[in-house]
Amino acid sequence: MSEHSSALAHQFDDLEQQFEASTLGMWAFLITEIMFFGGLFLGYAIYRSLYPEAFAEASRLLDYRLGAINTAVLICSSLTMVLAVRAAQLGQRKALIVFLLLTIFLGSAFLGNKVVEYAHKFEHHLVPGASFSPEPPLAHPQQAQLFFGFYFAMTGLHALHMIIGIGILTMLVVQSKRGRFSSEYFSPVDITGLYWHFVDVVWIFLFPLLYLISRT
Amino acid sequence: MSTAVFNPRPDQLDQDSQTHRWNYLNVGYTIKSWLLTHDHKRIAILYLISVTLFFFLGGLFAVFIRLELMTPAGDLMQSETYNKMFTMHGIMMVFFFLIPSIPAVLGNFLVPLMIGARDLAFPRLNLLSWYIYIIGGLFTFAAVLLGGVDTGWTFYTPYSSTYSNTNVILAAVGIFITGFSSILTGINFIVTIHKMRAPGLTWFRLPLFIWAHYATSLIQVLGTPVIAITILLVGLERLFHIGIFDPKLGGDPILFQHLFWFYSHPAVYIMILPSMGVISELITCFSKKKVFGYHFIAFSSVAIAVLSFLVWGHHLFTSGQSIYAGMVFSFFSMAVAIPSAIKVFNWTATLYKGSVSYQAPMLYAIGFIGLFTIGGLTGIFLATLAVDVHVHDTYFIVAHFHYIMVGGAIMGYLGGIHFWWPKITGRLYPEGWARFAALVVFVGFNLTFFPQFVLGYLGMPRRYHIYPEEFQMLNVMSSAGATILGVGYLIPLIYLFWSLRHGPIASANPWGATGLEWKTPSPPPTENFERTPVVTEEAYEYTPSREKLKESEVV
Repeated sequence: MSEHSSALAHQFDDLEQQFEASTLGMWAFLITEIMFFGGLFLGYAIYRSLYPEAFAEASRLLDYRLGAINTAVLICSSLTMVLAVRAAQLGQRKALIVFLLLTIFLGSAFLGNKVVEYAHKFEHHLVPGASFSPEPPLAHPQQAQLFFGFYFAMTGLHALHMIIGIGILTMLVVQSKRGRFSSEYFSPVDITGLYWHFVDVVWIFLFPLLYLISRT
Repeated sequence: MSTAVFNPRPDQLDQDSQTHRWNYLNVGYTIKSWLLTHDHKRIAILYLISVTLFFFLGGLFAVFIRLELMTPAGDLMQSETYNKMFTMHGIMMVFFFLIPSIPAVLGNFLVPLMIGARDLAFPRLNLLSWYIYIIGGLFTFAAVLLGGVDTGWTFYTPYSSTYSNTNVILAAVGIFITGFSSILTGINFIVTIHKMRAPGLTWFRLPLFIWAHYATSLIQVLGTPVIAITILLVGLERLFHIGIFDPKLGGDPILFQHLFWFYSHPAVYIMILPSMGVISELITCFSKKKVFGYHFIAFSSVAIAVLSFLVWGHHLFTSGQSIYAGMVFSFFSMAVAIPSAIKVFNWTATLYKGSVSYQAPMLYAIGFIGLFTIGGLTGIFLATLAVDVHVHDTYFIVAHFHYIMVGGAIMGYLGGIHFWWPKITGRLYPEGWARFAALVVFVGFNLTFFPQFVLGYLGMPRRYHIYPEEFQMLNVMSSAGATILGVGYLIPLIYLFWSLRHGPIASANPWGATGLEWKTPSPPPTENFERTPVVTEEAYEYTPSREKLKESEVV
């Protein structure tokens, strides 16, 4: 019992109220995240409708196979995250730790892949700015820079969210090793799951918008 | 004329008669007990101190602006310096005073008290929001010390993204960071109001202050991330030239204006809505009467929050926006007048046949109604497409938004600070001085900003420090008014400090007000209430119904 009461913060009456509050808080936060990414998606939509050919041309310079692999990796990480939440709800500490570690591993694999992709862009002079000079030359080099501006801003911001997510998951692993969670108290795992799925969903939108627009 | 009868409940008398009592202020005196506190009341005090500092810093820049404008020639400073002055004034006042002022100080202190909770839902997040605010403030302050910014508080591209040679990045990072403190406060309030209301406190029994803060929080949560991404894009543009606002690469500088005003127009309502919430409390308390049209005032707050996201285009009437978009934005901008007018009419109707008394907070409230009405009605001028072309970028705009932000938001803030001062500090402020200061503020404010309507209508553009000689008379009036206004702000600073030590001890409910925050001692204990209160009546039951009176006779 002492374990339960230590999980209950003083401002709440019971664990149920605390769980509902933290869940609602995370949803409200995710709404701010949607608005945050929304600004970028809006800019992308405007410029793609203005310069459809330039965007299609620039999109062909991305390696869709790497993007597809990363999509699969992220969807698997969502599965392991769900299993981690389930393990937390059932109070299975070992399974929880294993699934959290698997999620961290898949997230890191995604980021590693991203590093490889970014390095390619630097090697092929596809980074916007003075050194932007793709080979062979493009029909619309200016607007292609705009595309790559969005590519780096959107995937970069997404990657930052992944890094933060991996940091939180690591903290959860440490806490579960200390036996912090039980079938009565698992809301940190639960709301981290919400966050992790949100970051995945952002990628599900980014992948077709950036990699697949010229492949209809 | 009926006089207000105030019978303190027996339990309150007990609490008042105790000579020593633990409260949130005397529970600890170390610096650590303040800087690491999770108590929403102490965090409110931290915010109170910091927003006051930023207010006087922003005011200092205003002093230089008004000094320069005393004469038609540019004799005090060069154009570049003047540009920095009005930019720093705007940034400090908007992002570091007006937006956090009422929510982070009064809201932080009062939301849990008013709904009968022990604290906000996320106390640690609340403390974090203050630290984020301070870090953002330090960045922006560093930008000031290193030479300032000259883009205007609006950071319009391509000037901000490509051409300005001042500390744009540093100031932008400061505003970006501070935005997250606003978001965290908003999330905290939404969750707290949803999940932590005392038993019996249904949505339509909530004080209107809470409704106003709920609507404000919605705007903070939905709008602030958009300014965050916009500022981030300006930074990326400056550092890496990604091209999104750069016409050379096919980008569009006007997109910045859309994104900027998508947040910054709703941000005006972040400033004014909490103030309206304060006014609803003040008007009812000092009329000793149930508020007229509770549901209408409550929903008008939400309506303003919703409409606030549909009006940003009225800042772009002269930016080459399509005329049809302009017409739609014009329509919605005028529609904001409806919920605003509902509030003003309902407050006025609340005064009718009330037992009105004119203590200092009430003077601020009445001043608010008049000044907000002028500010709101001139907003209709600006929402009118043809008139806007004439007055766009003139002092008419400057006068209009100062009537809303200073005449509205700051009057509400000062009224609220006076009203809840006994609750916050446990001391009464000197009433005579406070009434005098309220009058000084009112006179100084009008003398400062009313001439600016005339100046703008006659064609004096904003953001210039050299102007034709025929405008000097009105500018001198404005500068004289600003001096009076400045004195009006310094007087409360002095007597409120004085009252901390020498003010009379406040009872739990010095105003005879309803509301849960008055049912706990002043200042409240750390856990707010000894027992969780149970609410059995509607808000603002100042005139108990006959059935209630009969019941009490029976008891």
